[in-house]
Amino acid sequence: MIYLDNAATTKVSEEVFESMKPYFCEQYANPSAIYSFAGKSMKAVDEARKNIADLIGAKPNEIYFTAGGSESDNWAIKAAAELYNTKGKHIITSTIEHHAVLHTCQYLEKQGYEVTYVNVDEYGVIKLDELEAAIRPDTILITIMAANNEIGTIQPLKEIGGLAKKNGILFHTDAVQAYGHIPLNVDELGIDMLSASGHKFHGPKGIGFLYIRKGVRIGSFVHGGAQERSRRAGTHNTPGIVGIGTAAALAADGLQARMEKETALRDYLIKRVLTEISYTRLNGHETDRLPNNANFCFRFIEGESLLILLDQQGICASSGSACTSGSLDPSHVLLAIGLPHEIAHGSLRLTLSEETTREDIDFTVDAIKKIVERLRSMSPLYEDFIKQNQKEEA
Amino acid sequence: MYSEKVMDHFNNPRNVGEIENPSGVGTVGNAKCGDIMRIYLDIDDNGIIQEAKFKTFGCGAAVATSSMATELVKGKTVQQALEVTNKAVMEALDGLPPVKVHCSLLAEEAIHAALWDYAEKNNIKIEGLEKPVDDIEEKMEEEY
Repeated sequence: MIYLDNAATTKVSEEVFESMKPYFCEQYANPSAIYSFAGKSMKAVDEARKNIADLIGAKPNEIYFTAGGSESDNWAIKAAAELYNTKGKHIITSTIEHHAVLHTCQYLEKQGYEVTYVNVDEYGVIKLDELEAAIRPDTILITIMAANNEIGTIQPLKEIGGLAKKNGILFHTDAVQAYGHIPLNVDELGIDMLSASGHKFHGPKGIGFLYIRKGVRIGSFVHGGAQERSRRAGTHNTPGIVGIGTAAALAADGLQARMEKETALRDYLIKRVLTEISYTRLNGHETDRLPNNANFCFRFIEGESLLILLDQQGICASSGSACTSGSLDPSHVLLAIGLPHEIAHGSLRLTLSEETTREDIDFTVDAIKKIVERLRSMSPLYEDFIKQNQKEEA
Repeated sequence: MYSEKVMDHFNNPRNVGEIENPSGVGTVGNAKCGDIMRIYLDIDDNGIIQEAKFKTFGCGAAVATSSMATELVKGKTVQQALEVTNKAVMEALDGLPPVKVHCSLLAEEAIHAALWDYAEKNNIKIEGLEKPVDDIEEKMEEEY
């Protein structure tokens, strides 16, 4: 099997798994308990918190554990909206956010908030002039993702953070795809809140965190016990927390080298696909993109068919076609970068990991070539296109 | 998520291709929704479908339903072909996931569109056949 869907989830690394093991059957104490048996668990939680904070230049007491990226996004956005609703009810986001942000914003619209969805350019980069123009006296929150989950485009966070700061507005970023994959520093980028999820960087599923800058006084989202300095109730998921902490430490180790390796392999993949398969385009920015992300559109074919045939070759990938989104519309991200529906239906996302080899890429590109050719040979769109060309030539 | 029969017809689609100078050809669906089916029919002087071919842009179910629909109408009379409903196509494929039922409807429509084309070319009326609504050429021109 060749696993090229690391943006969906990643394999838990051996070191992460080993570090978690003692916290199931041996060190199972509730970290909040008073006896010394629990002390070891709390120490492990604290250590994880520090590893996580270190990776983004934050302080450990600014990290709040959650059940994952979606909870973190919901918390940040809803609690910020609630906290500042006397100042205003206007929120700025983008058209290409993850649904955890988009649907949360849409929920708030129903509660009487106003949301501006700032457009992106053809590469998926947010239009900064539009963002600046959208800022109003009653704007209370800017929430823009760090890097896009589908097309991998990295956003100009520093500029966005600067605009937010200049105007006294909170800046939240969904960094679920970026954390552990590219360098992020909350102070340099002017980030007030940041969401991330363990399973996107070789940690376990069901654990994530929200970074909340000291002084940002958003309220609780999950009410109950006094865990997480009374801001996020619920017994600590000790094995999960230990796991995400180990994953953060591993991600920090050799981040630069890993980025270089992945980027080289990614660019090799992109080059092969674009030069060897005609009527193909790369989605997202050529250079300002996640090191492990490649996203293509193959004209005249549909994504689900492509995925099924790739699966039969043992290749795991994903697509933004309607059939994979569960609706009649293809991905909102591909439409936002200006692709017509028929082209957006033919998208393929390949996301690499540290373990991906050049052989994997070669095998995959060879498979894609054959599959695209086969699907085009049975596509009425391709037939029309070829006939049109022949007509024009004659 | 797909039955074995659907996978079989997706992996080894029957009757893929074109017919030169077909008795009738119909294209339905639209690229916006991600499904387009084109079915070609060769109908002899006795009104029997001698050959059926298809080309499809779409998901696994779209390919499989096109394949099955062409299989089901081959050798049939025009009247019998009208009875190849989306239900018949689905049953022959051992069912489709609920979100894919529209693919079988498209297959039925594509057959009807090809028959309509045949009727128009030969200036005949086929009992029970209504003008297909889904004219992809027109739609595409409107949209792009």
